[in-house]
Amino acid sequence: MPQAKYQTRADVEALVTPYQVHRDIYTSPEVYRLEMKHLFANTWVFVGHDSQVPKKGDYYTTQIGDQPVIMVRHSDGEVKVLYNRCPHKGTKIAIDRTGNTGKFFRCPYHAWSFKTDGCLLAIPLKKGYDGTGLSETESARGMKAVGDVHNYRGFIFARLAEEGISFEEYFGDSLSSFDNMVDRSPAGRLEVVGQPLRYMHRCNWKMLVENQTDTCHPMVAHESSAGTAVKIWEEMDMPKDAPKPPAMQIIAPFMSPYEFFEEMGIRTWPNGHGHTGVHTSIHADYSEIPGYEEAMKEAYGEERAKEILGENRHNTVYFPNIMIKGPIQQLRNFIPLGPDKTLVESWIYRLVDAPDELVARTAMYNRMINAPTSIVGHDDLEMYERAQEGLMADGLEWVNVQRLYQDDEDFDAEAVENGTTERQMRNQFNAWVKFMTASMPEAEVLEAAE
Amino acid sequence: MTTLDVKNRDVTREDLIDFVYDEVRMLDFGHYDDWLNLWTKDGMYWMPLDYQQEDPIHETSLMWEDQFMLRLRIERLAGARTFSQKPKTRCHHVIQRPYVDRIDNEAGEYLVTTQMHYVETRLDEQILLALTATHDLVRDADRLLIRQKRVDILNCDAAFGNIQLLP
Repeated sequence: MPQAKYQTRADVEALVTPYQVHRDIYTSPEVYRLEMKHLFANTWVFVGHDSQVPKKGDYYTTQIGDQPVIMVRHSDGEVKVLYNRCPHKGTKIAIDRTGNTGKFFRCPYHAWSFKTDGCLLAIPLKKGYDGTGLSETESARGMKAVGDVHNYRGFIFARLAEEGISFEEYFGDSLSSFDNMVDRSPAGRLEVVGQPLRYMHRCNWKMLVENQTDTCHPMVAHESSAGTAVKIWEEMDMPKDAPKPPAMQIIAPFMSPYEFFEEMGIRTWPNGHGHTGVHTSIHADYSEIPGYEEAMKEAYGEERAKEILGENRHNTVYFPNIMIKGPIQQLRNFIPLGPDKTLVESWIYRLVDAPDELVARTAMYNRMINAPTSIVGHDDLEMYERAQEGLMADGLEWVNVQRLYQDDEDFDAEAVENGTTERQMRNQFNAWVKFMTASMPEAEVLEAAE
Repeated sequence: MTTLDVKNRDVTREDLIDFVYDEVRMLDFGHYDDWLNLWTKDGMYWMPLDYQQEDPIHETSLMWEDQFMLRLRIERLAGARTFSQKPKTRCHHVIQRPYVDRIDNEAGEYLVTTQMHYVETRLDEQILLALTATHDLVRDADRLLIRQKRVDILNCDAAFGNIQLLP
């Protein structure tokens, strides 16, 4: 093993300056391992939506960082999150992505069984453990639960660490974006729709998260799709009031000028959360759907309905690794698989009691922009992978996040700024250092141990 | 590349099989103008995301594309700032003998199912997809047109990198 480069809190802190970050953050296997051990344990990470497990015994397998977990509906109706690992020999308890396990899980290897909250239920030929002290071991405590779980309006989050920041303190006022997304349902409820897009990226997960509030790339990286759409539409020379094809509604706005994105605004919250689209967004002009506004007024009253639908909330990043689009009920999960490998899952949800046309538009957005077959996604992935390869160049070691930087930025305070600022990226790195180092020993402790 | 002519006669099994062979050849050789000419005005290209998916509209598909979108997809490939096509992607279809599932000359409607392997390559990467294509064809005067092409990828639930051309 090569000598570890990042042994102390100070070593990790040195990777992030107020407006530059060291490229090891994206490329180093050692930094990646520290992220899995610290960052993804100390933060609240998205697991799934409770409509994926509507009935008792329903489960869904996924991962938090690199940790395999099962999200399961327990017999008391609560959603539990357990490590997907038999406490006996380590076998994964569930392999399929979804299923119903009934009242208990049964390990396929030696038939140890567990209640859906993880408690050990039975072991075949149990007398073989009489007098062995099994009950004193961690194996006898059953499938291990993660540190803490919180269900926020249907969205399940977990913190792996036993101790740490509370859900409320971690997300604070940023939950207003989840509220707005869910409030857009006249019933105040979302339901998962279909399968997620699964798109493999050979780049570091943080590049994807940063891109969610990068408002200076659409008109450049996506000129080939959005610019060509506009060109074809002009060539067709249609009457001014002709209905525009879906690609013109969804893709063409990516060509909006810099001024549009500047005026859109960016808001940041403490702990790395933030969103684009404070004042307007590329989703603001989506054509209206008959019957929807009426249903909203019926449910909430005219004033409140107007307030809900008037919010823009283009992209909201929930640190560390998801983004939601409130106005179109999409959630993208940037799942790290290695320093240079990220699986992007793009989920969509139905607004309960809203017209079907809304979920049709959401599905349309998902496939047009975020599918492995998307002409927009193709150029994004090209940029990330070029960056991952380019960062190996030894001539330069730092990545710049300085646009509209101001001295003494205070990320503990909510702020609204020009929509082209990279403040949200700096906010993420500020949170990155905080939660990477929260459970790291101080330098002197490590040195004393050597 | 010439397109099949069925002037003043019924469409035969052989015509339908030839149609599918001609279509994949246009894709493999990059004869996209000919390919766009094979579609009805409201023709749709569907690539489901889910195994045996039934609804292309109210859940996510990989593709559900009208003629505007297909034209955009194809014009983009040749753009000066199409970064993901520098260098360009190439593709290759190997197809089984198509199953002709329906010939209705009276209605002018035909259904053909074809299993194929699709290879796409760019730089040092190459992907292989096993897929089933279903062509819903209609007769328009002296030729056949695609009303819907459905492409089911065998491992549609797997995670993919870019799929840039047309399986």
